[in-house]
Amino acid sequence: MNPIRIGQESGRANAVIEAAGAWLLAALWILPLAYALWAAIHPSAYSAHFIPNAPLTVQNFVTAWNAAPFARYFLNTFLLVTMILATQLVLCTLAAYAFARFAFFGRDIAFIIVLLQLMIMPDVLIVENYRTMSAFGIVDTIPAIGLPYMASAFGIFLLRQTFKGVPRELDEAARVEGAGPLQVLLKVYVPLAKPIYIAYGLVSVSYHWNNFLWPLIVTNSVNTRPLTVGLQIFASTDQGIDWSVITAATLMTSAPLLIAFLLFQQQFVQSFMRAGIR
Amino acid sequence: MNAAAEPIARGLAEEAGRMPPPAVGPVAPRTSPTRGAPIGLSAHIHGWLLLLPAAVLLVTFTYYPAVATIIDSFFSTPKGRRNAAFIGLDNYQAMLDDPVFWRALGNNIVYAASVIPLTIALALMMAILINGKIAGRPFLRLSFFTPTVLPMIAVANIWLFFYSPGYGLLDQFLGVFGFATHNWLGDEHTALACLIVVAIWKDAGFFMIFYLAALQQMSPQLAEAAAIEGASRWYFFRRVTFPLLMPTTLFVLINAIINSFRLIDHIVVMTRGGPDNTTALLLFYIYEVGFKFWDTAYAATLTVVLLALLAFLALGQFLFLDRRIHYQ
Repeated sequence: MNPIRIGQESGRANAVIEAAGAWLLAALWILPLAYALWAAIHPSAYSAHFIPNAPLTVQNFVTAWNAAPFARYFLNTFLLVTMILATQLVLCTLAAYAFARFAFFGRDIAFIIVLLQLMIMPDVLIVENYRTMSAFGIVDTIPAIGLPYMASAFGIFLLRQTFKGVPRELDEAARVEGAGPLQVLLKVYVPLAKPIYIAYGLVSVSYHWNNFLWPLIVTNSVNTRPLTVGLQIFASTDQGIDWSVITAATLMTSAPLLIAFLLFQQQFVQSFMRAGIR
Repeated sequence: MNAAAEPIARGLAEEAGRMPPPAVGPVAPRTSPTRGAPIGLSAHIHGWLLLLPAAVLLVTFTYYPAVATIIDSFFSTPKGRRNAAFIGLDNYQAMLDDPVFWRALGNNIVYAASVIPLTIALALMMAILINGKIAGRPFLRLSFFTPTVLPMIAVANIWLFFYSPGYGLLDQFLGVFGFATHNWLGDEHTALACLIVVAIWKDAGFFMIFYLAALQQMSPQLAEAAAIEGASRWYFFRRVTFPLLMPTTLFVLINAIINSFRLIDHIVVMTRGGPDNTTALLLFYIYEVGFKFWDTAYAATLTVVLLALLAFLALGQFLFLDRRIHYQ
């Protein structure tokens, strides 16, 4: 056998080993979710007892849904995420436009100060922000959960980069036709930045859907708690730990994002990539 | 995003100008930078007016609280009718004498030093596996990335079940090999390691996609040339792939460091800092002091340490990336 043949054979063997390793790793990675799914769709007697013909049930989901005001939590999270995203889009668009196209006094310093928020983020300023919310008298309201995140340095940065890539000729053409600064922004810049808006939107929605610590601190009633906090309170109350019901509730709260992700996988991955590096 | 989608620090890496901004429309011929843009007084007014709404919120909820944290750390906690009094460095002295603070700081360092390199190594490995010609790539990518979109709070519940002594999956699996059951989260020797595993599992797939994006931009001719030269795959990785991925690694590293100080959701669910503070991280301790013991001045003092850590990091990053950053 000539050496090249040997090289190919060992290469093939390596490829098989590599594929096996990759599949093993992937199986490990999906295991917690698979495990939760198993527990959620079988009666609790089978939650840690794996036999192929275990009976299926939706009872765990029904029990979980009735045991806590999940409908209200869903509504709260939906309102929260929508409110944050809508405000972020408006504020970040305006600020990014200023940074990209207006040579105003102190612009460069202001931009560096804005970027500081990328490191000094609201997530660690919980003590002072709670005090501010108390002073405003808005503790335990949905806007209080969202306010610290509405002016997002990340969003401003992302849109500024995008706006700077828009050819000035388009801007000028609109101005020649008599459009003011805001009209130029709406007619020229915003439409061209659509993919970035989608990417930012997905990232923002998944971030705030999943956010936990600050909502936990600033809410204390059913009418304001988002899903993450509601789930935690549901899972930690000492009503006898029924893992099947807890996993059902866990899957339920993650379901909207998970299903959206499964349907638009490519879009999600690309958005996260686009928002991260470009 | 938690942990999914951490929109933190990603910006600076991007500012480093690794790749050009997206081509929107036809490439414009070079023109004078001020042509067409408003100039003079109206530029100042319009610019500041556009920035104003965002600036008000940033000042109120980021810059003011950061400064107020520092100021409050020099005062006592107001109790009942007693107002906060200036006490100089007493809070800092108390902090230095507080064994739980040192414990939390030490835990956080162990946690970061384990989570960061392991997550990055795994993310890189996953990206290289998926970038190759391997069967079932869509499934592999799906399973690696899925933890990213799930709330940390939800997956922590699943992992809690996973680790539960006796009937949890881990004990059941080990039981097959004759190991005795073990209280993974209740034992001070294993609790922090269990949380480290969860953190790695959550973020590796997230960082993988950045590596994947970078790998897909690399010219396949490099690998072909190396193959003709007879370079081994390991040699090629060490001398070509890894150095070329350096900007991505730096970016991922910054995100990983920030996450290791910012994300404590799994601790709230799984251990609440126990047993005996072996899993208390810095932010978790701040949360406990501030919102369980309501000692806000001391919580502010602890926050100053966390802010100093983050600021130090920001500074290092700024100096490190300095050469390639151009603000214009």
